[in-house]
Amino acid sequence: MSGASAIGLRRYRSVIPGFGITMGITILWLSLIVLIPLAALFLKTTELSLDRFVQIVTSDRVLNALRLSFGLSLAAAAVNLVFGSLIVWAITRYTFPGRRILDALIDIPFALPTAVAGIALTNLYAENGWLGALLAPLGIKVSFTPLGIFVALVFIGLPFVVRTVQPVLEDLDKELEEVAATLGASRWTAVSRVVLPTIFPALLTGFALAFARAVGEYGSVIFIAGNLPNVSEIAPLLIVIRLEEFRYADATAIASVMLIASFILLFIINWLQRWSEKRVGGQ
Amino acid sequence: MSLLTAEQIDPALAVDRAQERPGIRRRRGANDDPFVVKWAIILVAFAFLALFIVLPLINVFVQAFSKGREAYFAAITEPVAVSAITLTLTVAAISVVLNTVFGLIAAWAIAKFQFRGKSFLISLVDLPFSVSPVIAGLVFVLLFGLQGIFGPALHASDIKIIFALPGLVLATVFVTFPFIMRELIPLMQEQGTQEEEAAILLGASGLRTFWRITLPNVKWALLYGVLLCNARAMGEFGAVSVVSGHIRGETNTMPLHIEILYNEYQFQASFAVATLLAGLAIVTLIAKAFLESRIGKGNRP
Repeated sequence: MSGASAIGLRRYRSVIPGFGITMGITILWLSLIVLIPLAALFLKTTELSLDRFVQIVTSDRVLNALRLSFGLSLAAAAVNLVFGSLIVWAITRYTFPGRRILDALIDIPFALPTAVAGIALTNLYAENGWLGALLAPLGIKVSFTPLGIFVALVFIGLPFVVRTVQPVLEDLDKELEEVAATLGASRWTAVSRVVLPTIFPALLTGFALAFARAVGEYGSVIFIAGNLPNVSEIAPLLIVIRLEEFRYADATAIASVMLIASFILLFIINWLQRWSEKRVGGQ
Repeated sequence: MSLLTAEQIDPALAVDRAQERPGIRRRRGANDDPFVVKWAIILVAFAFLALFIVLPLINVFVQAFSKGREAYFAAITEPVAVSAITLTLTVAAISVVLNTVFGLIAAWAIAKFQFRGKSFLISLVDLPFSVSPVIAGLVFVLLFGLQGIFGPALHASDIKIIFALPGLVLATVFVTFPFIMRELIPLMQEQGTQEEEAAILLGASGLRTFWRITLPNVKWALLYGVLLCNARAMGEFGAVSVVSGHIRGETNTMPLHIEILYNEYQFQASFAVATLLAGLAIVTLIAKAFLESRIGKGNRP
């Protein structure tokens, strides 16, 4: 109990036993596995002088890698937002043969290990692959280009948008749309003025989750990327490369920039979720 | 996965269907989209999923058997592959057990008591989800690697963590940290403490209450968490890649073995090992659908 109260956790009286010991173990476990390792990263970063840190993270190669990671993640999340919304609409609003299968397929990117997705997509979009061979005559190269990274990021991000928006659209009261229709609104007006504002927070959350996942993604990307410095080299890969060169300072500096960016993202996602809960609750 | 029938989701549909008799023309309701729009959206949904999800999955199996069945079985039974499979199973087993034990303890502390800072603690539990797998591996190298904070001490006492089994387990536990807890905590909060309080007041010990009351109440959710945790543990690539050292036959897990084969242009062998993980993913999804019908909950990330 002393460990728990030391960090400001105070419990209210309860007849259920075991708070002290379970809370103590929980905080110990959380610290050992998550908090201390993450703190070690920032500790290592502070060993660098500010000049050195700035020099590392503003070098051309690092900036290009960060720009590529964040830019393509944004683009992939945007594509997922559009197609994810259409898929959710189809699953929740229509009945058609194969609807359950469609619904089940959405989770494949969650369950399929990233390395498997990586080699499968690379092979598929390589010049002699099933899809690559179709695209080659058009002059479109996917595998081993930034376009390939984009394809992999779309693959891994899709379930985040669908599974975030789906429950909200399922819960949405259809009477609202009927009211809009009886009041003379066209179908499009009803959807854009009634449905869209209601699911907007969920859309934003799904978008942010897909984006956050894409920024950190490694396994599915490195096979298809081609990994050309300054062109198709993502930030997580650059961390691995620096680590393999034993340039720990560089790896640490890039990692801490990415980590801070994802913490800011996490904060925004949390805020969005609270905001949307309030909105839905208020209706 | 939606378990309701279409009629249960939309009672209007049941009425619509009843009206679908010959001779009676079905009228479009206020919420029905035009025929063309409806089928265009369905077509786009199918096309998008076929292109981005189904084709890659089929491709894995086709490439794996591209040189026949013998080549397939040769690839998954060669000694290096077998050692990778064994290592993956070992790492996943240890990680799942650790996350189950500590997940249950944490869920008890967080869900069954009221204290200040609870929502902050819950958001800390979710933290590993927003950390890149590569960074998850890197932090353990910074702690236990040769140049790491505890590196010299470990080296002096001849303990290997990085490039060895403990490092693989640590990195895997980190990335799978939230899976079980985030299934248990919301459910246990929802179930409240009345049953436990009754058991305690009737004289049961805390442990007995946990085994007889709490655990049976959350068993399906726990299994659900274990399932997702296991799938991620077996498939983890980025974090494990950083701490593994890629020593063939020693510290290579299945995903890393796939990478090495692929980079050596042994595509068929690489896809053959990949089918095992793809099979795991499919089995996981089927089991997940079954458990969702038990728990009665919808999909979510």
